[in-house]
Formats: sequence, C-alpha cells, structure tokens
Amino acid sequence: MTVNRPRIRGVGGPVALTVPALVGLAFLVGPLIGLVVRTPWRRLPELLADPAVADALRLSLVASGIATVLCVLLGVPLAWLLVQPGLPGRSLLRALVTVPLVMPPVVGGVALLMLLGRNGVLGVPLAALTGLTIPFTTTAVVLAEAFVALPFLVLSVEGALRSADRRYEEAAATLGADRLTVFRRVTVPLVLPGIASGAVLAWARALGEFGATVTFAGSYPGRTQTMPVAVYLALESSPDAALALSVVLLFVSVLLLALLRDRWITR
Amino acid sequence: MSRRLPRGVAPLLTMLLLIPAAGCSSIGVAGQRVTVFAASSLTEAFRTVRADFERRHPDTDVVLSFGSSATLARQLLQGAPADVFAAADRRTMGMVTNVGLAPKDPPTFARNQLQIAVPAGNPGRVRGLPDLARAELAVVLCAPTVPCGAAAQDALRAADLKVLPDSYEKDVKAAMAKVVLGEVDAALVYRTDVLAAGDKVVGVELPAVARVVNDYPVAILNAAANPQAARAFVAYLRSPVGQRALSEAGFEIP
Repeated sequence: MTVNRPRIRGVGGPVALTVPALVGLAFLVGPLIGLVVRTPWRRLPELLADPAVADALRLSLVASGIATVLCVLLGVPLAWLLVQPGLPGRSLLRALVTVPLVMPPVVGGVALLMLLGRNGVLGVPLAALTGLTIPFTTTAVVLAEAFVALPFLVLSVEGALRSADRRYEEAAATLGADRLTVFRRVTVPLVLPGIASGAVLAWARALGEFGATVTFAGSYPGRTQTMPVAVYLALESSPDAALALSVVLLFVSVLLLALLRDRWITR
Repeated sequence: MSRRLPRGVAPLLTMLLLIPAAGCSSIGVAGQRVTVFAASSLTEAFRTVRADFERRHPDTDVVLSFGSSATLARQLLQGAPADVFAAADRRTMGMVTNVGLAPKDPPTFARNQLQIAVPAGNPGRVRGLPDLARAELAVVLCAPTVPCGAAAQDALRAADLKVLPDSYEKDVKAAMAKVVLGEVDAALVYRTDVLAAGDKVVGVELPAVARVVNDYPVAILNAAANPQAARAFVAYLRSPVGQRALSEAGFEIP
C-alpha cells in the first residue's frame, strides 16, 4: 500500500523545530543526569540500609497506590458526568475540578485542614461522632495525594470520553442495553486507554506529592513521612542521603512506569 | 488569524519589560541592597529591625529571606547570593563557616529558649513538659535536623522524657502553624514564637532542668556583594537599639 508514496513538501514539519525540541529534551534530562552523576553510588547500600528509607518507600507506594485507586473510583464517574449532554453549569464544574491543579499544593493542604482538621468544618462533627481525627495519619497522606491527583485523572478521562464515538453507546442502547450496562460494557472499554494514562498521571502526581502532605499530614517516619518529605528533611542533615533517596524514588517511578506502559498503555 | 498570536504575546512582553524596570527602579532609588538569610524564628524581630534600619539608612534596601537555618545553610553552600547569615544555632552556622564561606566564630547577637506552645484555652491541659508524653495529646516537634528540633531533643533528654510526636515539622514556623490552627495540643517551639503569635497561643515554661538556650550567631559572608551595607546591618543588630528590638521580641541579649 505504501510503496512509492510521493513525498509532499511541507509534510513532516519544519526542520528548525528540532532545535528547540532538543533543547527541551536536554532541559528535562539534564537535571536527572546531574542527580545520577552526583549520587554517591559506593555509599548507596550503607545510606539505604537505614530502616527509615524502607519505611518511607513503603509508605509512599502504599499511599500513592490507594490514592490512585480512589482517584479512579471517583474520577471516572466524575469525568462521565462532565461530558453528559445538557449538563447545567458544565464550564463552572470543569473549572472547579481544575482548581486543585493550579493551586499551590501547600494551599491544598491548608484547605484540607480547614475541612477535615481538628477544628475543620467536617472535622469537628467527625471527631464528636466517631472520636477520629484525620491529620497526622496515613489516611491524611492518602487524602492529600488524592486531592492533588484527582484532576489529572478526570481531565484525562474526560478528554477520552469526549473524543470517543458516541454511536457505539447509542447502538448498544437501541439493542436494549440499560444505562449501567452501556457504561460498563461499552463506554469504559472504549476509554480504557484514557483511564490507564490518567491513572498513571495521577499516580505519578501522588507519588511526588509534598506540599499538601506535609501541611495536612505532617511528617512522622513510617506513618506520614513519604519519600519526598524524607528527601526534603535529609537534604538539611545529610545531602548524600537525600541523593540516595532521590535516585531510589527516580528508579522506582521509572520502573513502575515502564511496567505499566507495557501492560496497559501501548496496546 | 494573524492577530491571534500578537494578542496573546503582547501582555507577556509587557510583563517581561516591566520586571527589569521594577527591579531597576528599586536599585536606582535605594542605592544599595543587603540580602539577609535569617532563621525563621527571627521573622518578626528582623522585620522590625529592617524597618528601623531602613529608616536610618534610606539608601539601603534590606531583603530578608527566612527559612530553617539548616535549609538556609544548605542554600548558601550551593552558592545562594546573600550578604548576611543569622542562624538559630552554632551547628548550622558551622556548616557555613567550616567550609570558609564566612569567618570562623561569628559573634552571638541573641539567645533564645524553648517553650511549650499550646492553643488559646489550652485544650490538652498542658501544665509542663511531662504532659507532652501523654499518648492522648496531639503534639508536634521540629525535625531533629533543624535547630529547634535539636534543642527539643536536648531538652527532652535533659528531662529524661520520651515523647513520640504526631509529626516532626520542617521548621519552627510550620510547628507553630499547627498550634495556631488548633490542630495540636502542644508543640515545642521558641519563646519568641509564642510571643509573636499573640493571644492565639499560650506559652508554658519548661522545668529548669530542661532549659536549653540557643545561641544565635550572625556572620557576614566572604562573598557578600555588598560588605559595607552588610557590616552596617550587623552593627545595627548589635547596637543598643537593635538589641532592644530583639529583646522586645522575646530574645535574650548576650
């Protein structure tokens, strides 16, 4: 089919674009090279032997994993709601969904405290009814991460839903499928790549979360001290340990991303 | 079509043109600028000192940058441009003087003590240091890597107490914020922070045995861009007027 396809002038883009493209690439990769070059590889085993490192890594993976599941469970229906035809106030709703994306994470942490803190709008009745307080717990870490990560998933899935062909859903509906069946058997499989890439984005954002977490959840080894918080604190006492933690976090995220890519994204 | 791009770009260009203009005007009018890196516990006191100093030296602009002393020391080691460094303890100052970024043994210009900060009304009924060990109380300490955290560990060790806090905060202001917001029943902070927080926070004294005193050293960096203005600022800080401002903020005078 594609033998001897005539080359058309102007297709393929101007060559001059490769210059800023390469500068962009160098800008993204350069700092990582700096990190890898300066890492004290020989002392790495000794630096990472600290049980606090394993604690922080485990906490980071568990909390960001739960936050991602939470994002999928809440975010996919939210994205679905946003694309419903005739939804009143759609642009306002979408703007509200995007707010945590543009807001500094520390502000997000303060906002979570104002809602769920010990003196928070919902925190006070929650403590009165159940005796539970959320700040300084692993739950707070998960909530802070989900709060900043959810918009990434919603926007990604919303885009996928918007570009999906609605005729499949209509066909299924005319063949007698009820709404839930259409959503479950047609809509979700149709936008699965969008959900997967949204989940990966949300997970990456959750894993790197710092500002909202230290503000809302604080920092305690094994309970609320995630890898980014541990890196920040280590930078003050022992920069070598901070570098070691950073390469571990870098390695784990790249590894997981590569695994997920093979599994789901490129299908 | 051709109008769309310029429309988006024009405000951006205007902003880019205005930023250097704004910078120039402040330099042009003020003459010189002295950049001071100061421990976050100095926030309120140094803002007062700056106002007084600038009134007496109208040609000098004081730029204050606050953070945990450890963070600031780290930034200086990475080449952050500053003229003066005021740290909350000798250890963090040592990070800077030991590598020759500033003269050794800089003078102490103030001293500070720890106090227990509790929210107004004292919901946890904290009467003294041993109360911090009560499991049902929400308590935060500073991370042991920053001066207030190191001092807190010293105080607890001296009192032979084991406290498991709910969080190790990244600097004294972060710990204070948790008290001001009423999220915790108590935090170990500096006396000056309790004083600065006004009536939202009440201070509870530590027992004499656990009284840890932090020396605050101040140094002029060897790489100071403006050593003359830096010397003037440090001299002012150590003058009777500067010392009175620090004393009013709750610092002890050496």
